[in-house]
Amino acid sequence: MAAASAAVFVLLFLYLEEEWEIVVLAVGLIATLYSAARFGFLGQIEAAASEHSRTTILVNFVAAALVIALLRGEHFALLMLATVFLYVTVCLGLTVQFGYAGIVNFAGIAFFGIGAYTTAVLSAHTPVPHLVVIIISGLVAGLIGSVLILPLLRTRGHYAALVTIAFGILFRTFLEVSDILGGPQGLKVPGMQLFGWSLNDNISLGPLGTVSFYAAYAVVALLLAAGAYILVKRLERSWIGLNLDAIRTDETAAASFGIDVPRWKIFAFTVGNCLAGVAGGTYAMMSGFIAPASFNFGDSLLLVSIVLLGGSGNPLGVLPAALLVVVLPEKLQIIQEYRLLLFAVLVILILRFRPEGLLPRKMREYYASWGRT
Amino acid sequence: MSAPIRSVAILTVESLTVRFGGLVALNALDFDLRAGEFVGLIGPNGSGKTTFFNALTGIYAPAAGSVTLSETDITGLRPQRIYDAGITRTFQRLRLASTLSVFDNLMIGNHRNLDQSLMTNIFARRRLHQQIMEDIEKSRVLLEQFSAPLASRLFDPVSQLPMIDRRRVEVCRALISKPKILLLDEPSAGMTHEETRALMDDLLASREQMPGLAIVLIEHEMGVIERVTDRCVVLNYGQKIAEGSYRDVADDSRVRAAYLGED
Ligand SMILES: Nc1ncnc2c1ncn2[C@@H]1O[C@H](COP(=O)(O)OP(=O)(O)OP(=O)(O)O)[C@@H](O)[C@H]1O
Ligand SMILES: [Mg+2]
Repeated sequence: MAAASAAVFVLLFLYLEEEWEIVVLAVGLIATLYSAARFGFLGQIEAAASEHSRTTILVNFVAAALVIALLRGEHFALLMLATVFLYVTVCLGLTVQFGYAGIVNFAGIAFFGIGAYTTAVLSAHTPVPHLVVIIISGLVAGLIGSVLILPLLRTRGHYAALVTIAFGILFRTFLEVSDILGGPQGLKVPGMQLFGWSLNDNISLGPLGTVSFYAAYAVVALLLAAGAYILVKRLERSWIGLNLDAIRTDETAAASFGIDVPRWKIFAFTVGNCLAGVAGGTYAMMSGFIAPASFNFGDSLLLVSIVLLGGSGNPLGVLPAALLVVVLPEKLQIIQEYRLLLFAVLVILILRFRPEGLLPRKMREYYASWGRT
Repeated sequence: MSAPIRSVAILTVESLTVRFGGLVALNALDFDLRAGEFVGLIGPNGSGKTTFFNALTGIYAPAAGSVTLSETDITGLRPQRIYDAGITRTFQRLRLASTLSVFDNLMIGNHRNLDQSLMTNIFARRRLHQQIMEDIEKSRVLLEQFSAPLASRLFDPVSQLPMIDRRRVEVCRALISKPKILLLDEPSAGMTHEETRALMDDLLASREQMPGLAIVLIEHEMGVIERVTDRCVVLNYGQKIAEGSYRDVADDSRVRAAYLGED
């Protein structure tokens, strides 16, 4: 039932155009989540969800697929939906880094960008199949990240944050001056071909109208987000997730019990950046064109604010938060210009009044019916 | 012949020195420990007791000296390696992960025995489930043995426990990997006399189950030291000023002077 109402909500959110309707919806979402958390419904839903985790994933997946099917002709709505799923994927990566291991990453969009550029270069100049290109894009982002984190291992707190900020800005500057990578004009990217099928063709359904080619990308992005969700959730419910939590809460204590702090930090950072890279590669093929201007420090901040808004360390919180943060500015022209300012204020408000986010993280449950044996 | 006695000394520390800039926090300390022994480490505030533990466990790098554990040189190794070698500890200011469950905290202490492979953790979930069930059982047994009522709180977050139970969890976290040496840094801090007594009772009882375990206890309350330890070492300004049975050191004039704050 929760999944169904969520699906209806998403549909309305993407469908409606009048600004006041959007405002009502957004306020409604926040109010619903907040009061649900207050009165314990959320706890019940989450408990039920973790009890039947397979079914939950399936139901949500079907609901999301239904949304895509219903929106089949709407180019813009589908593009936004696909973007939301890609952002969800990146933010699930940030959840592993920040929510689990406690590593701040203010260069999320740079790793997304590394994936995008890797895909652009590989798909334009090599015959490598696109699925492999996307995977390589993730690996390249992960690899570059694991080099970046080496100096971070010695620093703590604010210094680490500064290094990631510097890296994000450097990355953009590098793109702008690099002629091979198209400089400020950027690069064209061919559409995705999966198993001999081109995703960039609209599909005609005869009397039922045509299906926007963005529907195909929305499905790919949905699959990606779902895969990332399963991975991140499994990580949490494992000894590795425990290592990461131990490191986040107290590095010295973790090391005193044999946990290899550098190793697991590198691991978390790399996994997170791989997810960002894969999402970036898919984004490049979907938009057909990438340029340095799409990978701003401000976008990295948006990613961080999604994680904080959703509830740091709770993969489930990322979805509603990504939806709000990505779609709201597109729908509300007034916000558009001030969106960075608004999200900055939002982050401050969250940290001040509800640091655990809309959907606070719960204790680790390694398996269904945990703690009742 | 001194050979048989030396062969049971599991830890030998020779002229261990730790400096913080100009401050010599630990000054050429000699210390040894035999299997099964319970040693008290006492001394006024700032005398270097915690620094000694930190130097032993690899949190501070010693400036000079050596540490030998069962004939292996472990001087200056990183904390992880010290844990692997069989030395675990508690902290003066409780360092549990308070948002995590009692079980999770115990499992942090059990790290050595946990399967760290990606295969098990991500893909072979059934095998992981099996391991978790075994470790729940192991935690239950340890908690039952240490303090029975705590066993029913295995799945509660540590933040919901009273101070004494948190201390118990911290001790159990250090015991679950079956170390050779347990270092306890003022476990009575923040507790009443009765609570301290109860904790020490638990400790003595579970020590019976772990033959060979050597314990070093930092403690300010002399009554506790007198009751539980076989031998005491007294530090002052980073130096060992006395060593022997509680009676001997309590009568030592230099120890009295140190505690009365004279130079
Ligand atoms: N990380 C550090 N940096 C600088 N000085 C330190 C550090 N740790 C300890 N010291 C100093 O070393 C000396 C010994 O401190 P230590 O904590 O070992 O004392 P202690 O015997 O454990 O005292 P207490 O009974 O108060 O716990 C003190 O003067 C302290 O200020
Ligand atoms: Mg101390």
